[in-house]
Parts: sequence; C-alpha cells; structure tokens
Amino acid sequence: MIYQDSKTLLSVRDLHASVSGTRILKGMNLTVKSGEVHAIMGPNGSGKSTFAKVLAGHPSYEVSGGEIEFEGRNLLELAAEARARAGVFLGFQYPIEIPGVANSQFLRLAYNTVQAGRGEDELDPLEFDDFVREKMKLLEMNPDFLDRSVNEGFSGGEKKRNEILQMALLEPRLAILDETDSGLDIDALRIVAGGVNQLANKDNAIVLVTHYQRLLNYIVPDYVHVMDAGRIVKTGGKELALELEERGYDWVGAEAKANARVNA
Amino acid sequence: MSTTLQNLVNQPYKHGFVTEIESDVAPKGLSEDTIRLISGKKNEPEWLLQLRLDAYRHWLTMEEPQWPNVKYPKIDFQAISYYSAPKPKKTLNSMDEVDPELLRTFEKLGVPMNERAKLAGVAVDVIFDSVSVATTYKAKLAEVGIIFCSISEAVRDHPELVRKYLGSVVPVGDNYYAALNSAVFTDGSFCFIPKGVKCPMDLSTYFRINTENSGQFERTLIVAEEGASVSYLEGCTAPKFDTNQLHAAVVELIALDNADIKYSTVQNWYAGDANGLGGIYNFVTKRGLCKGVNSRISWTQVETGSAITWKYPSCVLRGDNSVGEFYSVALTNHHQQADTGTKMIHLGKNTRSTIVSKGISAGHSNNSYRGLVRIAPTAAGARNYSQCDSMLIGEQCGANTFPYIQVNNPSAKVEHEASTSKIGEDQLFYFAQRGIGAEEAVSMIINGFCKDVFQQLPMEFAVEATKLLGLKLEGSVG
Repeated sequence: MIYQDSKTLLSVRDLHASVSGTRILKGMNLTVKSGEVHAIMGPNGSGKSTFAKVLAGHPSYEVSGGEIEFEGRNLLELAAEARARAGVFLGFQYPIEIPGVANSQFLRLAYNTVQAGRGEDELDPLEFDDFVREKMKLLEMNPDFLDRSVNEGFSGGEKKRNEILQMALLEPRLAILDETDSGLDIDALRIVAGGVNQLANKDNAIVLVTHYQRLLNYIVPDYVHVMDAGRIVKTGGKELALELEERGYDWVGAEAKANARVNA
Repeated sequence: MSTTLQNLVNQPYKHGFVTEIESDVAPKGLSEDTIRLISGKKNEPEWLLQLRLDAYRHWLTMEEPQWPNVKYPKIDFQAISYYSAPKPKKTLNSMDEVDPELLRTFEKLGVPMNERAKLAGVAVDVIFDSVSVATTYKAKLAEVGIIFCSISEAVRDHPELVRKYLGSVVPVGDNYYAALNSAVFTDGSFCFIPKGVKCPMDLSTYFRINTENSGQFERTLIVAEEGASVSYLEGCTAPKFDTNQLHAAVVELIALDNADIKYSTVQNWYAGDANGLGGIYNFVTKRGLCKGVNSRISWTQVETGSAITWKYPSCVLRGDNSVGEFYSVALTNHHQQADTGTKMIHLGKNTRSTIVSKGISAGHSNNSYRGLVRIAPTAAGARNYSQCDSMLIGEQCGANTFPYIQVNNPSAKVEHEASTSKIGEDQLFYFAQRGIGAEEAVSMIINGFCKDVFQQLPMEFAVEATKLLGLKLEGSVG
C-alpha cells in the first residue's frame, strides 16, 4: 500500500552487474518505499532473478557500476550475511536442501543470528519452539516440518511455504520473493500469498519477482515493473500486469527500443 | 573456490608439540636382532619371541600393498626406530609415579588420567610412544573380573589368555603391515571381560607418538566372553614433524556367544602441513571376530588426521545371528589421503551387517571408501545394508567409492546406497541470506551429514568429534 508518510527503503541507481563475464544488469533503477508492494515482471533472461540475487549479495555476481542504498546504507559494502541481518530477505526460487539438519535447528540459528545482529534477545530451543509453531499456523504448516531436514524431500509447495515461514520469523524490512509462485498449485498459492499479505505492513516492503500475473491476483502490487535486457523499461500500476497477461512482453520491449531510438 | 571456503579448513594442528622427556630409543633399523632387543626389553616369554620372529620372516617375503588409492614415497623401514620408551622405565604403581612432564602432556591433550577420569567414569590406558604409561581404574575393574592393562603386563600376568587369543583374528602373516606389527609391536592395551559381565564404564586408550623417527606399533586385544559387553574408546595424537612417522597398529576383537563389543575411535594423528609435508602414515589392521552366536561387534571411527590413512575395521561374522556394524566419518583436507572402509565377512546363518560411511574431502585431498561385503555359502539368510556418502568441499579434492560385493548364498540380501554432494557457493549463500556466516554454515552442513555416525559415539566423544571436524575445516570455506 502507498502511504503518505512512507520512507525510502531501497534506492537502486544505474546498477550494472555480470556473472561469469556476461553482463546481465545494464542500468537498473528502482526506488522502493516502506509499505509498498512492487512486482517485477519480464521475459526469461531479462535479469529479474539476477537483480534479486545481486540485492541479496550473491558472491557469484559482480557489480560493475551503480549504487544500492538501503535505509541510508550502502548495501554493496555489506556481505550477504550482513545484508540479511540488516533486514534484506530473499525468498529463493529454488530453496537449498540440507540433509541431516533439522528444520527447527536451522530456523532457530537463522532467527537468533538475525536477532543478535539487531541487538535483540535470542530464544532458547523451548521458547523458539512456541514462537515458530505460532508462525507456522499462518502458513497452515504441519508441525512435523520442524523435525524434517531442511527442505529435504519437501514438495515444491512445502519449500515455498518454508521460505515464507523464514520471512515470518526474520521480519525483514525488505523481502524480495523470487518466483515464489512457481511450482505452486492453486491452494498452496493461496496459502503462501495469504501469509505474505499478513506479513506486509507500513514499515516493510515487498518486491515480487514473477513471470505471471496469477500471483498478483492474491498479492496486489502498488507498482508493476517490466524488465527487458537488464533494466526496467516500463512501470505502471496493477493493471499493467493484466495488460501483460493479455498481450505478452514483446510489445513492451519493442516500445522500449523505439523510445531509446527517439531519445538517441 | 572463493577464499572464504579456503580459509575455513586451515586451522593449525594444536597437538603438534613435542614433550621434552628423556627416552630410551632403540637404534634405527629392523632385523631379527631388533626384535630380540624389543622382546628382551619387555622380558617376554619364548613363545612370543617366536611369534614375532615368525611374523618377521613372513614379512620379509611380502610386498607392500599397491592396491590402495594413495601415493607416497617408498618407506625405508631401516630408517625407523622400533622402540622408544620414556625414561626411567620402571613399573609404575600409581599415577603419582608418572613423570610430571608426561602428565602435563596428557593434561594438555585433555586426556583424563586422574580424578577427572573417575569423574568422567572412563578407565584410561595411555600409550606414549611404545610404552603404556598409565592405566587408571584397574583395581576397580578387577573387582568384577575385568582385566584392563597394557599388553606387556597382560603377557606377564595373563600369558595363557594372551597366547590363546593373540593372532587368532589377525594371523601374523595376514597382510604386510599386520606382519610388521606382529614382529615389532611394543605395547598396546589388553582387555578381557569375563562371562556375563557388562563393563560398568567405558574403557579408553590414548595413543601418542612423541619421538621423531620412531614408529608406533601398538597391539590391542579385546576379548568379551559369553554374555559380556564393553564399550571401548581410542584416541590418537602426535607432534608435528617434517618427516613422516609410521603407525602400524593391529587391533583384534573377539566376541563369544551373546557378547557385545563397541569400539570407537577418534583419530587425530598429525596430518602434515598445508603443503603435505610430514604427517603420520596410518596403516592399521582392525578386525573383530563374532565367534559366538548372537554376538555383536560395532566399529565407529572418526578419522581426521594422518597424512595417509589405510584402514579397514572389519567383522568376521562366524556365529549364527551375529551382527557387525561399521560407522565411519573420514575427513581429509590439504594433501591428506585416505583409503578406508570395512570388510563384513558373513559366515554364520542370519548374520547381519550395517555399513554407514561418510567421507568429507576438502583442499587437495583424496578420500576413498573401500569396502567388501562377502556372503559365504554357509551364510543363509544373511543381510547387509551399506550406505556410502561423500561430500566435497571445493574444487581440488576427490572422493571415490570402491564397493566389493561377493554373494555366494541365494537367500542373502545385500543393499548398497551411495551419494555424492558438494558444499558449494549456493548452499553457503542460502545460509548467508539467513544471516549465518560460512563457518557456522559448513559446521552445520557437516554435522548434519555425519549425524548417523555421531549418534553412535559415546556422548563425550561425539562432542569432541563435532568440535574436531569444525577445527579441521576452519578456513576451508569461502
């Protein structure tokens, strides 16, 4: 939701980034204020997931230019774990499996690490157990999730719920959800989206990276951005997503190229 | 591999100090005279000298095994001293008579030898270079008929038992290193649990090689009579030297009807430096015989040290319904090489065996699992389950699995599962994105990976093993 007195959380200016020598982001600009929900859409290979990973500080991606400011801090100076502790959360498109590590153990370590980073109280295993069970209700998760190894043998829907559970625990200021809707059936999509909606408030912000407008029926964005060839080429309201659903992405890319020629 | 990952495995070896203590060291070299010297120093009976000489003569006809997946320069067996004992060498009656320098050494190593041992409820036998320096808790164990002492003492005080069982599981000519050990073994532990006795505490041996250029050849013999049970722990460390030291031990376990032996090892011999200089060559033969019906032998090992590890703790399942188990974590880093695994030889009916092997390779190391499961024609209804998992950390290391399965009975059931995984940037990024740094992430991944094995360790050992793996991997992840 757009609030009058909102503060700027994230400001990305002319960001350029590459992976293994291939330039992916070429002049990305984005401003996100507290309380807002942004959707980033675009065809395969346009740089959406790369943008998400660069924000979170994935070490394989090299930033060659531009700035990322998060709550007044230069995010590019922080390692991935420091960004997480500062309140940047990435919901993974493909959550990693960790055999032999109980989900409860992993969740508690993550929670306590982030809490310690904020100078807040850590929870012992019993306290944490109560706390996490409460959060799990939000996502209609079975408590036996806690005893299973992290993401191991989870269905696609279970993995995504586990991601949103982590978001619920860590209470980030900025949550970037990378294709959270992929692999979800309609019931799981409703539950996951419901969880995200309950977590959204006027102090945080959510950036949804998605291919399809389907998710946006459940989580209604304030802004929809279309990426093409490494940057945002069009921004609109939620109705833009419907238009994209109908017309595809090609026209946006073509329009952007035409504009570029005019400006040149 | 980024530097974070690299830095996580490079923790210095903290047991690498040398104790300044006067030692009685035999001249280097191996001959019948050396063997007579060792046997003479230990006042051994004639039959034992003959056993040694038989072994030596057999050894001379043997070739060093070439089949392990390890590389090292040829060992000059004449450049090794086969006997080294802290002076003064006299019989010790209590811990108070032990050289204080020695006590400090074990204090430093965290070995409980005195009051702490009693609190921990562990009886300890300590082998320093070639000689057993102290056995705690002996009298208390004797009350229930348990004999726990150095093998030298056992030869002196219980010759009939030693003679009956020594070499009965690992014959003197069994393999190259076992033959060498049989010829020159200097000390080790002896443990005898009589019929029907459940050993009331864990028994523990701590091995330390102190002298440069000395080999350590210890011999352990554990016998559990009908219905007896015992849990036995073994720990090992050595100082840092630029030269390689040879460790060729033999461990024999015998379980009679309904007996149960659990043998746990945390091996942390010096592994050599980051460039592969120095370190222990660990060529060890460990074998248990489930001689009686319903007997059970369980090996648990955590192998983190040694430049080279060549070791296959095995079970010969002769008694009907007997059970063999092997749980192993082998971690190699830098230029370490490990070729380790087990042999499960099923002879009796309805014998069962379980193998769980976890190999972790980092740096430039090479880690091989080699295991044999043999089902003899007599072993009707035998079952084996094997699981071999490898984990790679970084790009320069290697992992191999060599399972050998020989089934000669149609009613047997043998299962083998194997997997290879890798700690890579994406896993670490996942942890990092949840605020968790690389070191903690690796420790969590490794502990999860090893969980099935650590669960088998006695509590204190499990804690030590977990810490040890953390130290060994410090600096290897980035």
